[in-house]
Amino acid sequence: MGVDIKAYILKRLLLLIPLLLGITLLTFSLLKALPGDPVQGFVGERASPEIIESIRKEIGADKSFISQYAGYLKLLITGDFGRSYYTNRDVLTDIAMKFPNTMKLAFGAMFIAIPLGITIGYISAYRRGGFLERFMNIVSITGLSIPVFWSGIMIMLIFGLELKLFPPSGTGDIRFLVLPAVVLSIPAMATLARVTRTTVIDILGMPYINTAVAKGLPSLKISIIHVLKNAIIPIVTIIGLDFGSYLNGAVVTETIFGWDGIGRFTMEGIIKRDYPVIMGCIISGTVIFVVVNLITDVIYHYLDPRIRLHDKER
Amino acid sequence: MTRKGKLPLFIILFLFVISLLSPFLPFHDPYMIDLNALREPPNLEHPFGTDNKGRDVFSRVIYGGKISIGVAFVAAFISVFIGFVVGIASGYSGGKIDTFIMSVVDFILSFPSLLLAIAISVILPPGIYTVMIAISAVGWASFARLIRGHVLTVRNMPFVEAARAMGCSNLRIVFLHIAPLCIPLGFVMMGIKLGGFILTEATLSFLGLGAQPPVATWGSMISANRAYVLTSPWMVLFPGLAISITAFCFNLFGEYLKKRFDFKDLRV
Repeated sequence: MGVDIKAYILKRLLLLIPLLLGITLLTFSLLKALPGDPVQGFVGERASPEIIESIRKEIGADKSFISQYAGYLKLLITGDFGRSYYTNRDVLTDIAMKFPNTMKLAFGAMFIAIPLGITIGYISAYRRGGFLERFMNIVSITGLSIPVFWSGIMIMLIFGLELKLFPPSGTGDIRFLVLPAVVLSIPAMATLARVTRTTVIDILGMPYINTAVAKGLPSLKISIIHVLKNAIIPIVTIIGLDFGSYLNGAVVTETIFGWDGIGRFTMEGIIKRDYPVIMGCIISGTVIFVVVNLITDVIYHYLDPRIRLHDKER
Repeated sequence: MTRKGKLPLFIILFLFVISLLSPFLPFHDPYMIDLNALREPPNLEHPFGTDNKGRDVFSRVIYGGKISIGVAFVAAFISVFIGFVVGIASGYSGGKIDTFIMSVVDFILSFPSLLLAIAISVILPPGIYTVMIAISAVGWASFARLIRGHVLTVRNMPFVEAARAMGCSNLRIVFLHIAPLCIPLGFVMMGIKLGGFILTEATLSFLGLGAQPPVATWGSMISANRAYVLTSPWMVLFPGLAISITAFCFNLFGEYLKKRFDFKDLRV
């Protein structure tokens, strides 16, 4: 079995190569399709056509699209993602520097969302039809309906600026982390609660739960061992999806709270049209996403050995 | 339709009709700059206060609703349409075409949708049409997957076989026998997704990629007045409430649809 899973991981990682080729080709042709000639911008308006031609030759802009793309790929493989147009810093170094911050925020948000979301989902499943379920239902729909940028500003205003409990914005120790993590956790918590609720309701109707109750098992034991263990797969799926997108940078939350992570970096790159930054973020984002998905699949395998990994490809 | 589904739908229609009729109602002009009434807190004349140019926040919220809800609706229609065409094509043709289309769909679905929408709205010039394109360019994928699944079950049903036996062409089967059966599904799915589209529209215009000033949308009102939130929070509070309430009603309606048509495993 151990060899099997290693082979599977290797296969999935190999699949990353065509994916990355596709993505870089796409972004590269988008860049080429953008209006404006870099050489023209480089030499100014009055340069003679001969000079422009010679510079074109020098930087390789006269070559065919494919050879230009090949040159770009060669740079990427050596780890050269280019430099930001604005700060002139190496893009890959910047991404590597900002990634830990993004990771901290993602873990912080999940630390809040997972226990709360699962608890809310559990309560509303167990109190089906009651007042508590309706209340929890409204709470989770509200969580899905409030835009993050607005809840961010409001939470920053109340807890950061008015009550001064936490620093309103910036990057730093755990005190800086609290507000953005809370804001980021709201939608994740809401989805998690909804998914937990439907799954748990399904499971509670299963015959083996009746058996467990009939055996006289304590209800706490049933809800943890019998219910949670069977509900874990959909829950892990949602967590994996959200975590993957958080690691790609929570664009809005990081921008609002001035959190120095990948999301803000991407957003700034996009706003300033800083193409090396945008492409670097897209490429690294794809890698992160694939890796998180892969980890989720491997976790599936350990949680429920009935799921054969190869079937995931459908 | 039971009462539960009606109420949120009624609230949305009410809001939308008011914002459509707003030019004929006795509200302040949402674009009139009044330098004598800068940043006034909510009062009788301006129930939601005024913004940093003295414009009435209440009528801007009402006017903004027209754009925000309208853009979300148009984007939803485009997504349903693309998803419909692609889903039917993929499900009916099967084989390699199906595998290819579905891997594109999987790819789009596995990417953070907001980032993708942002990337698209950067390439195109900012404006409401860009927002519509960006939302639907990402949004069609889930529709396509759902419609495809439905086509897969429908295309093996006896009446399709009967039609084929009678010598109907593929086109005729697709247009007259399969497509009509997918239309209700598309609309139900659209109702479920609208709440999310409202939020995406708001986020894109908050990031400055949507309608440009002075046009009022809920998202752009919040981003324009962010700096004043400490001294005059009403400028940010009310547009945000408008977004949340609208999205809440749409989500509640979607919830009703989900229950009514038994969509259990759909991610919100």
